[in-house]
Amino acid sequence: MEIIKKEHDEEVTMSIVGRLDTNSAPTLTKELEESLVDGVEVFVLDMSECDYVASSGLRAILSAQKKMNSLHGKMIVRNVIGDVMEVFEMTGFADILTFE
Amino acid sequence: MGNILKELVVEATLDNLDKVTGFLEENLMAADCPMKTTMKILVSVEEVYVNVSSYAYGKETGKCTILLEIETNEDNGLARITIKDKGKAFNPLEQEDPDITLKADDRPIGGLGILMVKKSMDKVDYKYLCGENILVVEKIW
Repeated sequence: MEIIKKEHDEEVTMSIVGRLDTNSAPTLTKELEESLVDGVEVFVLDMSECDYVASSGLRAILSAQKKMNSLHGKMIVRNVIGDVMEVFEMTGFADILTFE
Repeated sequence: MGNILKELVVEATLDNLDKVTGFLEENLMAADCPMKTTMKILVSVEEVYVNVSSYAYGKETGKCTILLEIETNEDNGLARITIKDKGKAFNPLEQEDPDITLKADDRPIGGLGILMVKKSMDKVDYKYLCGENILVVEKIW
């Protein structure tokens, strides 16, 4: 998995390329911890190139949502492909994330 | 058409996760299992395998056996994956499902893996036999 990160003023965008599995999720968690800090107002997670999300990946995504809530910011999940959306739906994540 | 039976034995560590998913992916693709179904199987086996590698042997390590059976005919297929370890007896199916209706801030971290297995697979079965945890998942396409 690769993470492509873009920072623009108060907005951080991360694109996940590849599989968000148990071995790659810690990389995302670490990247989130470093990037989602005071002053970030919008966090965009682009998942157009991610076709696989395990529960460890869900945990990382949930931690990002919690962090953005605590920063009083907004998190947007973009371009989720069908198979991954099914994972979000079966775990109730479809209800707690904001999609665009 | 036909039946396939393959077995992989690995030291149950997270480092071997790619070996496990690679083994399944290769054989499922060769059997013309649709990509969508393959992904569901890979995620489900990953969840079970990660549990085994994280908890079954405590601080020690031990073996994990992955048995893959595929039956196909002209239109359909069935994949049955058996995951076995000789660690401490543990039935993951007895764990209570997490509450997936809570708001993000109230959500506990974790507990989702087995829920995903139950929801993605057509059949999930656990037994403890002769000192082995045996978890079987089945998926039809």
